[in-house]
Amino acid sequence: MSTTVHPTAPRAGAVRLGWKRGVVELKNTWRSKQSLGFTVLFPVMMLLLFASIFKGTIDFTNVKISQVYVAGIIGSSLMSTGFVGLAIGLAAERDAGMLKRLASTPMPKASFFIGKIVMVLATEMLQIIVLVALGASLFGVKVPGPSRWLTFVWVFGLGTTAATLMGITVGSVIRDAKSAPAVVNLPFVALQFISGVWITVTQLPAWLLGVAKVFPLFWICQGMRSVFLPDSFLVVEPGHSWHHATGALVLFGWCVLGFVLCMRTFRWTRD
Amino acid sequence: MAAPTAITVRGLRKTYGSFTAVADVDLTVDVGEIFAILGPNGAGKSTTVEILEGFRTRDTGTVEVLGTDPASADADWRARVGTVLQTSGFTDELSVREILDHFASFYAAPRDTAELLAAVGLTEKASARARTLSGGQQRRLDVAVGVVGRPELLFLDEPTTGFDPEARRQFWELIRGLRDEGTTIVLTTHYLDEAEALADRVAVLVGGRVMEVATPATLGGRSGADAAVRWVDDDGPHEVLTDRPTQTVGELAARFGGEVPELRVMRPSLEDVYLAMVAASHHAADVERASS
Repeated sequence: MSTTVHPTAPRAGAVRLGWKRGVVELKNTWRSKQSLGFTVLFPVMMLLLFASIFKGTIDFTNVKISQVYVAGIIGSSLMSTGFVGLAIGLAAERDAGMLKRLASTPMPKASFFIGKIVMVLATEMLQIIVLVALGASLFGVKVPGPSRWLTFVWVFGLGTTAATLMGITVGSVIRDAKSAPAVVNLPFVALQFISGVWITVTQLPAWLLGVAKVFPLFWICQGMRSVFLPDSFLVVEPGHSWHHATGALVLFGWCVLGFVLCMRTFRWTRD
Repeated sequence: MAAPTAITVRGLRKTYGSFTAVADVDLTVDVGEIFAILGPNGAGKSTTVEILEGFRTRDTGTVEVLGTDPASADADWRARVGTVLQTSGFTDELSVREILDHFASFYAAPRDTAELLAAVGLTEKASARARTLSGGQQRRLDVAVGVVGRPELLFLDEPTTGFDPEARRQFWELIRGLRDEGTTIVLTTHYLDEAEALADRVAVLVGGRVMEVATPATLGGRSGADAAVRWVDDDGPHEVLTDRPTQTVGELAARFGGEVPELRVMRPSLEDVYLAMVAASHHAADVERASS
């Protein structure tokens, strides 16, 4: 069975090992009932629950409340996977010494992050496919045309990047892995309520809307509404516009901030 | 010519605030030996080893591990050094074989997974998920992952904590096998019998200082120390301390006309001399503190 390799044979490159890391991360996620429940079952349950309780259409639009939930939960899934999941996972892996073990090998550091990105992207795609399929079959969400998919691509790309970089940052700053779920779920739950996932944003008091607009989730969700909801919904959007340019700018700003913070805070070891 | 060295440490110092964790440590580890670092908790063992592994910075001193300063360690250096950390988890849902294959993929010429599984006694667990392994099995997987890249130098940080005696002896065989293949091994342990069984040389670290470096047989003047000869007669137990125990036993045999009842000849164990060194060092520190 043993293969002879020349001792001076080069080691595998960072991208190839990054892909292998991604496969390992995905196997670990999808084989575990808890993480599969957290990533897929939880958003589906929230959608079905809220869509069963709140029926009808949004005032002055022909958009069903359930359709708003579909767009909102797709948006918040970027934050739950990129930010919440990554931060908790990273803190736990550091606490268990798993990061230190990897750092003790010749694995290129970049491969670790490529692996995390592969895992986040694949998990989000699975979530979005399930949510779009449910939305289209149960709640009459229209599967968008080509120009809207273009919007989807940049909202998804910038939103995931911002969420992932902030997830790595928070996962590095948290001292104790046990406190990680509380620390990251607090902003996640609060931001969902002020970013239009459960409540249309024009119902918010002006000051609260102002707070919401500082954070990426607001612009991710507004972007996703612009992809999955008809333009008639603009009646209940602030300024009756999707504000794509502002959204892209704010998300890009969070990507830059996230990159700087994540480079400054990331640690392989506990202390 | 002296043996080639794997590790050279001169004047190593590390402080945390006002606490001196490592104070002026000098060490030399030869290529191919098993070198044990002993010391009570807080003696600076872990700090020293973590500096050697490239996980911690130092304040002053020079450190060379396989000819490189670990503070500037790169992937090429990491490929030559194996590390078995004190606590390190595994990816729960992966099988033992998947984990080994994954770590093997980081190296140019890794060991064969099946052979390695057999060497650490995990062949039957190859398909088991990591989270289902017992503590001892996880530790053996730790070692397998540490040596999968055929390291020239292996760090083992308290490798057998929580092992039962039989598992410990199997583990020692594994480590001796690695040494026989030419791997240099640096071992920290709390078990004196482990150091005695495995180590070619031991260093005793107390309060961040090296008390002594010697072979287990000669540490603390052990080989030249007086032996205690004990026996029991009608008056009860007796003990004589002597530097010539053979002569004492001969005299006793003559006196009893054959068998000496409950005869025992005791040399100080490694544990005895180690504990005496630690106690003496603590006493010296107390005196120093009282006089200052």
